[in-house]
Amino acid sequence: MKLDSLIPAPLRKPAKPGTGNGAKGPAPADLKTSPPERPSDAQRLGDRAKEAPVDVLAWVDQRTAASGFLTGMLYRKVPKGTNWFYTLGSATLIAFVSQAITGVFLAMFYTPSTTQAYASIAHINNDVFLGQLVHGMHKWGSSVMVILIFLHMGRTFFFGAYKYPRELNWVIGVVLLILTMTMAFTGYLLPFDQRSFWASVVGININGTGPVLGPYLSDFLRAGPELGATTLSRFYAIHMLLIPGAIIALIGAHLYLVVKLGTTAPPWLKAEKPKVAAPVAQLDAGVEGNGAAPGNGASPA
Amino acid sequence: MTRRRAFTVAVQGIGGLAGAAIVLPAVGFAVAPIFHRGKERWEAVGPVSDFVEDTYRQVVFTETESIGDAGKTTAYVRRSSKQLGEKPGEFVAVSNRCAHLGCPVRFVEAAGNFICPCHGGVYDFQGKRIGGPPVRPLDHFQTRVRDGQVELGPRYSVTSQLEPVRARDPGEFTGGIWEYLYPPRPSTFPPPSS
Repeated sequence: MKLDSLIPAPLRKPAKPGTGNGAKGPAPADLKTSPPERPSDAQRLGDRAKEAPVDVLAWVDQRTAASGFLTGMLYRKVPKGTNWFYTLGSATLIAFVSQAITGVFLAMFYTPSTTQAYASIAHINNDVFLGQLVHGMHKWGSSVMVILIFLHMGRTFFFGAYKYPRELNWVIGVVLLILTMTMAFTGYLLPFDQRSFWASVVGININGTGPVLGPYLSDFLRAGPELGATTLSRFYAIHMLLIPGAIIALIGAHLYLVVKLGTTAPPWLKAEKPKVAAPVAQLDAGVEGNGAAPGNGASPA
Repeated sequence: MTRRRAFTVAVQGIGGLAGAAIVLPAVGFAVAPIFHRGKERWEAVGPVSDFVEDTYRQVVFTETESIGDAGKTTAYVRRSSKQLGEKPGEFVAVSNRCAHLGCPVRFVEAAGNFICPCHGGVYDFQGKRIGGPPVRPLDHFQTRVRDGQVELGPRYSVTSQLEPVRARDPGEFTGGIWEYLYPPRPSTFPPPSS
């Protein structure tokens, strides 16, 4: 069975013009001399079973009209010269998803209490089945995410992809960077060993050196004048409730703008020359396009 | 004003009130610790005969309760010294919290200095900065004598002239205009009157 038959018709990649099998297909056989054999019950049942996934998808699609949105997003045009550097954003997203999944399962065993936090982490690492692996994925994955987000930022900067009309997406990206750093900072205290304790002391004190508001910011982060029991639960709440929600919402906005505005061609590609001699009808067809923003360098199909 | 406009404004106003009724208590709940001062705590750290004028004795006591060992802090305690021009008959308790970023400093007897392991801050015998990145002298703790025991109380910071001010976090300057740029926090105790 071809994979294509599993995908509802509106979701299928549109066929290239001229390759269709419609009117120019093979001529129908003579039905009078050789009538088609009637399929057995088992055959018909099998055919119905094969259709089941398509029916389910079609049922959902009829009620959500999601296929139009999905085809627009998945089969959108990308500019010539798109290369591996363009995957850094998706890589960061995958790193975030990995953090979210491993984080949820770590929370099942972790206790955010000053007297039990360290013991619960030791329990995860030493006793829980695959605990060391899941904890390790979360711990090292945070570094991976920070590295990837900076590489993605560098790609965007050096390719000039932050310019009009994508400035707002750059701003959202910077907020996402700050939120990611806050995640790394608040997560560091949670094991509550000597290293995380003193790193948080130093980090909070650096926050406190901001003039006028700095001292109050320190008190807010610590929930008091000294790092204590409420500091840990406060960091835990910020780490797993407050910021993940904000990150998910902003990733949604970030991706929406990427799809809406399209991506940029790499800067080493020259802009395409306008076809001055083209007839009017052809020019109109080119302008319609896919609603891409001006200057994204997308090549006309 | 049209009827439609009046209703629009009224509905938006009620919506705003409902939103504020949810958000304001939550925010207040989160920022309340900034304005809360805990109970004043005094802890005995040893009989008066334990301490001398010309060197420090290291003591460990609880600064924050109910978080186990993490709430303990280290102080270096000595008798006040006439040679250094201090009021006689009192006790000096210097915090081991570095005034740069809060690492624990150590009193090195041979040098007579406090030295920080993190970024190389150095303080003299009285806790005044003599080298490295710290922005002010080491913090002090209030001291008193009860029943022949030296007791340590709330933390306070000092200016470069060792005048007591309310406790500041590490990294924050004290004295002069800095008293306004790094304002005293409501969660700290007033300094002892000198």
